[in-house]
Amino acid sequence: MISRRKLIGTLGLGASGLILSGCDRLDRSASFRGLLRSAEGLTMRAQRLVTDRIALAREFSEADMSPVFRSNGTANPGTEAYAAHAAAGFRDWRLRIDGAVRRPMELSMAQIRAMPARTQITRHDCVEGWSAIGKWHGVPLKLLIDAAGLHDSARYIVFHCADRFGDRPYYESIDLVDALHPQTILAWGMNDALLPIPNGAPLRLRVERQLGYKHAKYVERIEAVADLAALHGGKGGYWEDVADYEWNAGI
Amino acid sequence: MAGDKADDPVAGTLVRRHRLATRIWHWFNAVTVFVMLMSGLMIFNAHPRLYWGQYGANSDPAWLEIRGTQRQGFLRVGNVQVETTGVLGYWRDADGRIQRRAFPGWATIPSRYSLSGARRWHLAFAWLLAAGLIAFAASSLANRHLQRDLLPGRGELGPRHLWRDIADHARLRYPTGEKALHYSTLQKLAYSGVIIFLLPILILTGLTMSPGMDAAWPWLVDLFGGRQSARSIHFIAAALTALFILVHLVQLILSGPFNGLRSMITGRYRVPGPKEVDA
Repeated sequence: MISRRKLIGTLGLGASGLILSGCDRLDRSASFRGLLRSAEGLTMRAQRLVTDRIALAREFSEADMSPVFRSNGTANPGTEAYAAHAAAGFRDWRLRIDGAVRRPMELSMAQIRAMPARTQITRHDCVEGWSAIGKWHGVPLKLLIDAAGLHDSARYIVFHCADRFGDRPYYESIDLVDALHPQTILAWGMNDALLPIPNGAPLRLRVERQLGYKHAKYVERIEAVADLAALHGGKGGYWEDVADYEWNAGI
Repeated sequence: MAGDKADDPVAGTLVRRHRLATRIWHWFNAVTVFVMLMSGLMIFNAHPRLYWGQYGANSDPAWLEIRGTQRQGFLRVGNVQVETTGVLGYWRDADGRIQRRAFPGWATIPSRYSLSGARRWHLAFAWLLAAGLIAFAASSLANRHLQRDLLPGRGELGPRHLWRDIADHARLRYPTGEKALHYSTLQKLAYSGVIIFLLPILILTGLTMSPGMDAAWPWLVDLFGGRQSARSIHFIAAALTALFILVHLVQLILSGPFNGLRSMITGRYRVPGPKEVDA
């Protein structure tokens, strides 16, 4: 009896070791990763199926706000050009809107701040697991998109940012369902003040039904495109290109 | 646990015990739950702190935290802190390097730190876990396996009956003959608790981690008292699932691993006679 128990114990330990190294080997295999990734498409389609196109993310009251809203990723782009903009109170910052649009344009911060604005107190969920509730103030992205006028070919909106990780610029992209959503805004105010530098001054994206890495900070250019493959690493965002995060950050 | 054909089982005979659906789901889960738990620990490593309420980040009070200092690892739950050097918060990886992540590489998928990798495993296998649970629950309701074999019957939850069951378990006195073909009350509570409570809670709290699902079904995150509460409950339910598996494996070894494994693979179970435990 003892020998059988020992045998089973040894087999069990051996099996778990094999399974673990097997999982690591599977994780390195491109075809297995592709298989796992096919679930990403399923997840996104299933979410879209059960989610009303304009279903709103929960909005909170001021009493629900986090005492401290931490920043993540870049706390300051740190370039000379950005430092000069910051020193000038972003007076000369320009937001360029181009790509597959009928009327490419450049807007100053004064022009953007003069546009109709939306205020929302929402929960920011980081892919790491933490959440913070903050108040955002900014122009609905739909107003900017409508002003520029999308070409029929446009499928995605890409946000080009002033911050870099190593030699790569940060960028992110969303599709038109999220881009035209009423809570998707380019925020220039946070918690009743102008957007602070660690949180993306002077302009950051709020796309409230997606995880934090989609919420591009230091936005200097919005580009409408038909396809994401030609941009940078081709996967539609900095973290998607560099660390294989999902393009759909709705989960 | 189909004891139908064994009205009067003789010790030593082989009887049909587990249905095909039960056996398939068991081994399917042996893989799926294993992947979910271990990839979940890696996801936890990205932010090894738990909170109650709607929000929670580094400057907010955490009720559970695993952290590594210069030379030690610690687990803190509420005001109680225990040193976990070597296992949690401070451990050596396969290459002998000191790591200060919460859970060690031997407990996570992948074994090296990768939040995106763990998410890919976790979010793909979550579909399998949910599909398996729904299929098993539907078939078990239809063929009355759940009502007949898994839910405690009337009278089984009375204090005297429960106490005797607990005492039998504590003395490692396992049933023989006909009685061995039915689950004991504690077994029923454990199995039905996992199927009816733990797994559904894990799946539903898992869904509330998704900002997209929270917009679609805001009532779900309310049900658990906010996203960070839901994340805490997700972790607690996962810990209880791991505890269930541990007890399950210990019980298997104590009650006769060969007979138990055979019955879960072939469906056939040798009826244990008096004074024999292992087959």
